[in-house]
Amino acid sequence: MSAMLRMTYREACRQAIRDALATDPRTFIMGEDVGHYGGCYAVTKGLLEEFGPERVIDTPLAENGFTGIGIGAALAGLRPIVEIMTCNFSLLALDQILNNAATLPHMTGGQFSVPLVIRMATGGGRQLAAQHSHSLEGWYAHIPGLKVLAPGTVEDARHMLSAALADPNPVLLFEHIVLYNAEGELDPDVKAVDIERARVRRKGRDVSLVTYGNGLPKCLAAADELAREGIEAEVVDLRVLRPLDMGTVLASVSRTRRVVLVDEGWKSGSLSAEVAARLAEDALYELDAPVRRVCSREVPVPYAQHLEEAALPSVDGIVTAVRSIVPPRS
Amino acid sequence: MNDKIHLDKAHLHHLWRQMLRIRRFEAKCVELYQAQKIRGFLHLYDGEEAVAVGVAAALEPRDAVVATYREHGQALAHGVPMRPLMAEMLGKREGCCLGRGGSMHLFSREHRFYGGNAIVGGGLPLAAGIAMADQRLRPGTATACFFGEGAVAEGAFHETLNLAQLWKLPVLFVCENNLYAMGVPLAQSDAETDIWRKAAAYRMPAEQVDGMDPVQMEAAARRAVAHIRQGQGPFLLEARTYRFRAHSMFDTQAYRSRDEIENWRQIDPIERLRRWMLESHQITETQLQNIEAGVSSEIDDAVRFAEAGSPEPVENLGRFVLMDSVVQEQGGEAQA
Repeated sequence: MSAMLRMTYREACRQAIRDALATDPRTFIMGEDVGHYGGCYAVTKGLLEEFGPERVIDTPLAENGFTGIGIGAALAGLRPIVEIMTCNFSLLALDQILNNAATLPHMTGGQFSVPLVIRMATGGGRQLAAQHSHSLEGWYAHIPGLKVLAPGTVEDARHMLSAALADPNPVLLFEHIVLYNAEGELDPDVKAVDIERARVRRKGRDVSLVTYGNGLPKCLAAADELAREGIEAEVVDLRVLRPLDMGTVLASVSRTRRVVLVDEGWKSGSLSAEVAARLAEDALYELDAPVRRVCSREVPVPYAQHLEEAALPSVDGIVTAVRSIVPPRS
Repeated sequence: MNDKIHLDKAHLHHLWRQMLRIRRFEAKCVELYQAQKIRGFLHLYDGEEAVAVGVAAALEPRDAVVATYREHGQALAHGVPMRPLMAEMLGKREGCCLGRGGSMHLFSREHRFYGGNAIVGGGLPLAAGIAMADQRLRPGTATACFFGEGAVAEGAFHETLNLAQLWKLPVLFVCENNLYAMGVPLAQSDAETDIWRKAAAYRMPAEQVDGMDPVQMEAAARRAVAHIRQGQGPFLLEARTYRFRAHSMFDTQAYRSRDEIENWRQIDPIERLRRWMLESHQITETQLQNIEAGVSSEIDDAVRFAEAGSPEPVENLGRFVLMDSVVQEQGGEAQA
C-alpha cells in the first residue's frame, strides 16, 4: 500500500482536468478565464501553458453561447468540459442545458447522445453575496436527462471527472467554493470512483446525517461534537444528486431510525425536500422520529460575515437538530 | 469544390422537384391535420421552399444542418426520406424520432440533420458547436444553420455570431427572413431591418439574397460555402422570403393584409421557376407532369407507410432519457 497523499480539493480538481486532457485528444476545457487567468478559483492554473489554446479555451462572457457550443461539439464527437464560473451564471445557459443537452437524446429517439461535462462552482461561505453564493444543484437535480454530481471529498474531486467524461450523458459537476482550499487525503491506489452510489463517510447507530458537498465537513464536525455527548451519528454523503441513490440512504435510516437532512439549498422545493418525500414514501415506519432538515435560510445569501453565517447551515444548527430527535445519552 | 452552379436542365428539374415535394408534402400534412391524424403545432414552410432547396443544392452529404421548428422542408431538402418524416408527423414508432419529436423536432443522424429546434435561437450555439467538432474531426465540412428573423433579437444570435467569427468556425448562417416573427412585423422588432448588416458588427461577411428564387439561393450559398470550406470562417446569408400561410394552424393573420399575401404569391418560387423553365424551353409540359406524378406517388407511399405504422409501446417511454452508450457519428471520429 502506498502512502496517502495530502492535497487540496482545488489541486485534486486540477489534476483531474489535466488527466482528462492528457488521456483523450477529444477533450478540451472551455470557459470564462480558464486560460490566461487560470480560472476564477484558480482550478485551471497552468493548463493553458501545458496544453495550449486549442485544449484550454478562454471564452467571451456568453454562457448560453459557449455552453451550447459545448453541447454541439459533444453531439458531433468531442468530449468537452465546459466551466461555468459560478452556478448563478449558469442560469444564462439554462436554455441550452435543459432544452438541448437534457432533451435531445430522448426527443430524437436515441439518435444522439450528449457526452458533455459542465463544471461549476456552487455555494456560499466566502462573503461573495447573493449573486455568487447560491446552491442551485437541487434545481438541476429536478431535470431528467442530466446527471448531477457534488464532490464533497478530495477523492471525489480527483476522480469524479473521468467517470463523468466516460458517461454518455450530460453530467453537471458542482464544486463547492469553500472546499477548494480544504485539504484531504488521497489514496494513490484508488484510480477511479463510481458516480452511482452514495457513500457512508462515518458509521453511527443513533441518527443518519444525510448531506453532500460542503454539508459533508459540517456533518462530520457535528458528528464529532455529538460523539462527546454519547450520540453516534452516521454520515451519508449523497455524492450523486441525480439519479439519487436512495438505497444507501434507506439502509442507513433503517439502522438508525432517525434522520437529519443537511442541504445548502433553500428548504422549499429543495433536494432535501425530495429525499424527505421519498423517506415518507418508503421508510415512514422505519422512523422513530420526524425527519429534520437543516437548510439555508430563505433569503438571498448576504455579504456581511455574521449575516452570511446565519443564512447557511451550521455545525451548531445540525447538532441542535439532532438533539431535537435523539434522546440524550448519559 | 465548386462555387459555381451548373445550370443544366437536369439540375433545374431537380430544384423544381425538390420544392414541389415540400409544397405537396405539407399540403398533405394540412389534410392529415384537419383529419386530426397530425396534432400539436404545425408550422408550414409554404412559400419559403426556395431557401432550403437552394442551400441544400450547395451542400454535400458530409455537411451538417441545424434548422428550426419550421423544418419539414429542410428535412426533405437535405435528404431525409419522406416515409420516416410522415411517420413522425403521425407520432408513430416508424418515425425518424420514434414519435417523440413530431413536426417541430425532426432529426436524422444518418443525414447529419440536427433538427428541428423549437426554442427560437436555440439552434445557433448548437450549430457552432457541431462546426467546432467538424473543424477538428472532419476538416472541410460546413454546418448550415437556419433560423428566422425573429431569432435575430435573441442573445443566442449575437453570442453565436461573435464566437463563430472569433474562432473562424465553418458555419453557414442562413436567416429565413419571412418578415414576421409569429405576428410581429420585422420593423416592430428590429432597429436594423437589413439583417445581413448585423454581421458587420462581428466582421462576418454577409449577403442579402432573393429567397423566392432557388437559383439565386444556390448561387449565394455556393459562394458562402466556398469561403467556409477554405477555412475563412463563417458567412451569413439573409434570405428575403415569405410564408404564404399562417404562422401555425392557430393564427387568424390579423397582422397582415390579403393584398400583401397576394403580392408575394405573384413571385411564388415554384410557379416562377415553372414558368421560366417553360418559356426558356428547359422543360416540357410532359416532363412537368411526370415530376408531379412522381411526387404524388412518393407522398401516397409515405402516407400509407405512416398510417400502417405502429405506436411506440408505452413501456418505452423512459428509454433514452439517459443513454447507455455514446452514439458515434459516422466518419472522422478522432483517435483516442
